[in-house]
Formats: sequence, structure tokens, C-alpha cells
Amino acid sequence: MTERAYPVPDAVTQPFWDGVAEGVLRIQRCDGCGRHVFYPRAVCPFCMGAVLSWVEASGRGRVHAFTVVHRAPADYRDEVPYVVALVELDEGVRLMTRLVDVEPSAVAVDQPVEVAIQGEPRLPYFRPVP
Amino acid sequence: MNPERVAAIAGVAESDLGEVAPKTAMQLQAEAAREALTEAGLTLGDVDGLFSAGGDGFAPSMAVGEYLGIRPRYTDSTNIGGSSFVLHAGHAYQAIQTGTCDVALITYGSTQRSQASRTLGRAGGMRGSAQFEGVWGLPLPVGAYALAASRHMHEYGTTSEQLAELAVATRRWASLNPKAFMRDPITVDDVLASRWIAEPLHLLDCCLVTDGGGAVVIVSAERARDLPKPPVWILGHGESHTHLGISSMPDLTTTPAEHSGRAAFAMAGLTPADVDVTELYDSFTITVLLTLEALGFCGRGESGAFVSGQRTAPGGEFPLNTNGGGLSYCHPGMYGIFTMIEATRQLRGECGERQVPGARVALANGTGGVLSSAATLVLGRD
Repeated sequence: MTERAYPVPDAVTQPFWDGVAEGVLRIQRCDGCGRHVFYPRAVCPFCMGAVLSWVEASGRGRVHAFTVVHRAPADYRDEVPYVVALVELDEGVRLMTRLVDVEPSAVAVDQPVEVAIQGEPRLPYFRPVP
Repeated sequence: MNPERVAAIAGVAESDLGEVAPKTAMQLQAEAAREALTEAGLTLGDVDGLFSAGGDGFAPSMAVGEYLGIRPRYTDSTNIGGSSFVLHAGHAYQAIQTGTCDVALITYGSTQRSQASRTLGRAGGMRGSAQFEGVWGLPLPVGAYALAASRHMHEYGTTSEQLAELAVATRRWASLNPKAFMRDPITVDDVLASRWIAEPLHLLDCCLVTDGGGAVVIVSAERARDLPKPPVWILGHGESHTHLGISSMPDLTTTPAEHSGRAAFAMAGLTPADVDVTELYDSFTITVLLTLEALGFCGRGESGAFVSGQRTAPGGEFPLNTNGGGLSYCHPGMYGIFTMIEATRQLRGECGERQVPGARVALANGTGGVLSSAATLVLGRD
């Protein structure tokens, strides 16, 4: 068994992972153009602004796309089938996640979801909005 | 049509394909290069532009140069995934146009099947943008293409049956190609009954894992005048990329072939309607559907209907992936070079049972990464 993948924060992304550790989903918002940015960056890809402030995200969004994984990478084979999704947050940014507390067959594109931070390593999973 | 004649494909070759153990990836490249240069009536000493990606070490063109004793005036190890070799052809055109080289050699080789080196994901610490994508157990690349497929199905009502039509048609082409790895006919039901890999993609929606390599020789118009084979002219080329990871893809149903194709067609002075035979990187069935739309062969959301009724099969209205593609002919990890090899042979009329009669204009398109990059060539014969 290899070492299962885990995130390695860097100077720019550390506040995101600090937030996850505290149970909070934080994303960047550019002071220059006001747009939300994800993943975290040192320079805004929309306006080249260099000042990006951290804001607490609503933690809500919709399933933008999803796949039910049956043939998994080595470290995840015990968990199939599971759902990996791209979630578009209400703030407009998209992130990859896994959906929990839902049967794979019950997942649909555009389904409303909310963040559910959990696991080891601790990660921002999502689950259907009740 | 663009009347300018700058650079032509003068030689193409595959190495051994399928399972080649105990041959190495470098041996495959060397053998393919030798055959392609021989076909072009040239020798290693004529090569002054060298292009490779994805092979041994950190600088593949340096490794190939050392192995074959080539000291190029122009060198390019650009790696943007499986589209790299189509991009290399465009760069070779530019280098020839500016007089930086006269004879360009592009090579690729892989032994991923015999070495069982293919993995679906990495372990350990994830850095950079991978710290947000590499921690979810998404099998790559298939999972990313599955995400795009789910979105296309949602937006346009595309069905698994339509994806399967493409796999069936491609297998029918493979049955006409003696070099193809999988030649037994399949049905739509076979595709739908094959096991899930990452929904909505079944096993038979996915490309093969084979060994293999290839080489392409591109020469200046002056050199092209007295070659053994009829020249296959590069009429237009284009390249682009929009993202690295799938969560950063601006629109999951629009590939960067939209940009590379537009550039290639504009340069060629042609439109999709002028293309007689089309060779697209078919890493997965959905890759082809999205690329058909991005290149303008059909409208947005229309690709499912476009490939239905076996329209892309032998004898159909739209000859597509006539060698049997990555789905059924060979797929040694980075397939792009094979789109150019088959397009060239079709334009020369060398394809035997699978020849598209009277083909004069061909399109080759590579896709790299997770729908991340694209490179397009429009090719024509005299």
C-alpha cells in the first residue's frame, strides 16, 4: 500500500487549508476586480491584481458535473463506487470534491449541495442539501 | 485554398505496435525514424530539426538526438500531452518557413503495455493545483473525461448509445486495418454491457493501452520536389490550451480545438465542409464528440446525432478515424502522432481496404491532458 494522496499547502494556499482544519470553506476574492478566485493564487487571473483577500464561502453550490468511479486508483479501490464531482459554488467558482451521504444513483447534475468537511486527510467534501 | 506551399509531410511510419517486449521505447522511435526517413528518401544526416515528447527523460528530443546521432539546428521537446506531435508539425512548418530547418523529424515511442506502467492516480503529497484535485480519487485521465461527458449529457441530452455508436464505427474501421490491435466487430449493446470504468464511460468507451511508436518527416517545399512519395502539404495549423486540471476547464463541453481548428482552417482558407477524411484523437468516445463540435463539423450539442446511424463508419458520410483510432488500433499513451500518419496515408491513397476514395483534404487533431490542449493540422495533396 502506498501513501494515500494528501494536500501539501504552500504560502498562498495555507489559509484555505487552515480554514478546512477549522471547519470553514474559505476562498479568495480579488480586491482589484471583485471576482472570486479558486484555486488560490498570488495573482488574479482576471485582472492581474496582486491583492486577493480571503472570504468565507457560503459553502453552498450545485453539482456541475459528476462521475461514479468504478475503476479507482490503487489507494481508493476499497471505496468504489464513489462519486467525484465538480461543484460550482454560489460565488461562481468551481472545485473538485467527493459527494457523501448520497447513493451514487441518486446524484444529478444541478443538484444543490453543501460543504461537509471531514475525513483523514481532512477535506471539503460535499453532500446534498437536505 | 491557401496556395502557399511551405512544408510537406514526406515520410511516415509506425514502429511495431501492440506488445513489443523486449523492445524499448527508444528502439521503437529509432526504428520508426529509420523507416520514415527511408520512405522520404532521406538519411539521418539530412535531419536538422528534431521534435519529440513524452519519451525517455526530461528532454526527449535530446535523448533521440543522442541515440540517432542528430545535431539539430532546431529542437523542440514541447509536451502538452498527446497533442504534442501535431503541435510539433506546426512548429516544424514555422521553422521551415523561416529557414531555421529543412528536414524535421518527429518521433514518439512507448512501452506502457509491456511495462504495465499505466496508473490511474498518484500517491503521497500533492502540490500546486494538484493539492485541490489529486486528493479525491478521480482516476486519470478517464475520470476527467467522464465529468465532461456527464455535463454534455446534461446540457444536450447526449446518450450512452450515441457514444457507443462512435466506438462501434471505429472498430469497423479497425477491422479493415491489419495493424489494428482489436479487430473483432462490436455492437452498441456490447459497449453498453461492458463494465463501468467511470460513469458515464464504459470500458469500450475507453482507448486501448498498447505499446507503439511512430515517426513523421516534414520537409521544405524545395526538398519536397524530388521525393519518392507525393508530398502531403501542411495547409494550416493551430494550437491552444485552456487549462491543466479538469476543474479549471472554462466550459466542460468546449475543447481548445475550437481555437486550434479555427486557426488551422483560416490559414488553409478552407472550412470543415472541405475535409474529406478526419483523424481525431479518440482517447475516449466523448473526446471525439466534443472535438467534432469544437472544430465546427457540427453545431454545439449536435455531435451525438452526428455520429449516430454509423455515419462515421466505413462507407458512411463522414469517414472518421479510418485506422481504427486509439479505441481499436493502438494507443501507446500519447496518440497524436498517429492521426498525422493515417491522414498522410489517406491522402496518398495507400490505405487499401480502408481507403477513402479520392481524399484530397484531411484533418488531424490531437487532444492532450484532460481536454486541456489541442493541435490541429489541415493537410492536402497536389
